[in-house]
Amino acid sequence: MLNIIWLVLLVGSAAVAVFTGQVKEVVLAATESAGSAFKLALGFTGIMALWLGLMRIAEQSGLIGAFTRWISPLMQFLFPRIPDGHPALGSMTMNIVANMFGLSNAATPLGIRAMQDLDTLNCHKGTATNEMCMFLAINTSSVQLVPASAIALLAAGGSSDPTVVIFPAIVATCASTVAGILAARLLSGLRRFRQEPSEKAEP
Amino acid sequence: MKGMQELSAIASNLIFLSFLVGIPVYGFFKGVRVYESFVDGAKEGFEVAVRIIPYLVAILVAVGMFRASGALKLITEAIPGVLNALGLSPEVFSLILIRPLSGAASLGLLGEIVATHGPDSYQARLGSVIIGSTETTLYVVAVYFGAVMVTRVRYAIHAGLIADAVGVLAAIAVCRLFFA
Repeated sequence: MLNIIWLVLLVGSAAVAVFTGQVKEVVLAATESAGSAFKLALGFTGIMALWLGLMRIAEQSGLIGAFTRWISPLMQFLFPRIPDGHPALGSMTMNIVANMFGLSNAATPLGIRAMQDLDTLNCHKGTATNEMCMFLAINTSSVQLVPASAIALLAAGGSSDPTVVIFPAIVATCASTVAGILAARLLSGLRRFRQEPSEKAEP
Repeated sequence: MKGMQELSAIASNLIFLSFLVGIPVYGFFKGVRVYESFVDGAKEGFEVAVRIIPYLVAILVAVGMFRASGALKLITEAIPGVLNALGLSPEVFSLILIRPLSGAASLGLLGEIVATHGPDSYQARLGSVIIGSTETTLYVVAVYFGAVMVTRVRYAIHAGLIADAVGVLAAIAVCRLFFA
């Protein structure tokens, strides 16, 4: 899927660029985007280090363990194959909480940490596990409760009531999260999405 | 309502700060050597950032080319019939298309909608709710899987895009109910 989307974006953009005469702009965009991807990753280093450091303290003090036990019924329902008390449950929970509050600066490092914890349970490195896909489905469905940046734009435009969108957004985001969870659950059963063609028992 | 918004900004900052200060304080009282522990964890930050570079380059270059090519405008102009049936303006439709690819571009489009239709218009509110109920799926997939060097992502994108589509449909339904 990623292969096809990527290729379609590249080929499609090039074809359209020739058609609309935007070739120069597209070439410029390609080189500039490559540079900004690098800058983005480097700029990310500091905040990544900050949250990884805090996570280590939270782990060693038992805070994550306590938090995980508290929320574990829900996590066990979503991730039944992850053993009880595994660090991935803690880091995923932290990521989802940070996302709900709209702390994207914290959510991304915590989410990456969660992916690394999930990868320790992965016996086919380089291939996503069911748990990774479920976690990504929850993340990409947006669990943010208040769309702060959209509200800021409405307010900046002079809206008389920018926060009016909060309740509809919560309703819609709940719908999308439920859909993401259901989709991940259902798709995991499809033959074409098996982890390995010769898959025996999964971990 | 200005007050509400300030309140929500203050709340977000307080939550952030309580994580930032609360975790070390809790750790200290639990007997953790907080400074050593923090530095030990933070060490991995650079490594992770470097590891995601190739994945970010792949996605951002493709999305950047797509945005610069004007393909979005072409697609939007090609199917206006569907839009009218759903009560969407072409700008909102562009927003829906670009949303899984780029957060900055979708916020930019929302800014345009606010400027052309007005901040209290149905279209501006719908756009805001759509942004609130969807995510930049492709970017999240690239960064999260990049960090563990997973390239075979199986059904992760399918599930993410289904969630986005349901989010958009729910946003349209709810906005019709509340604002139309």
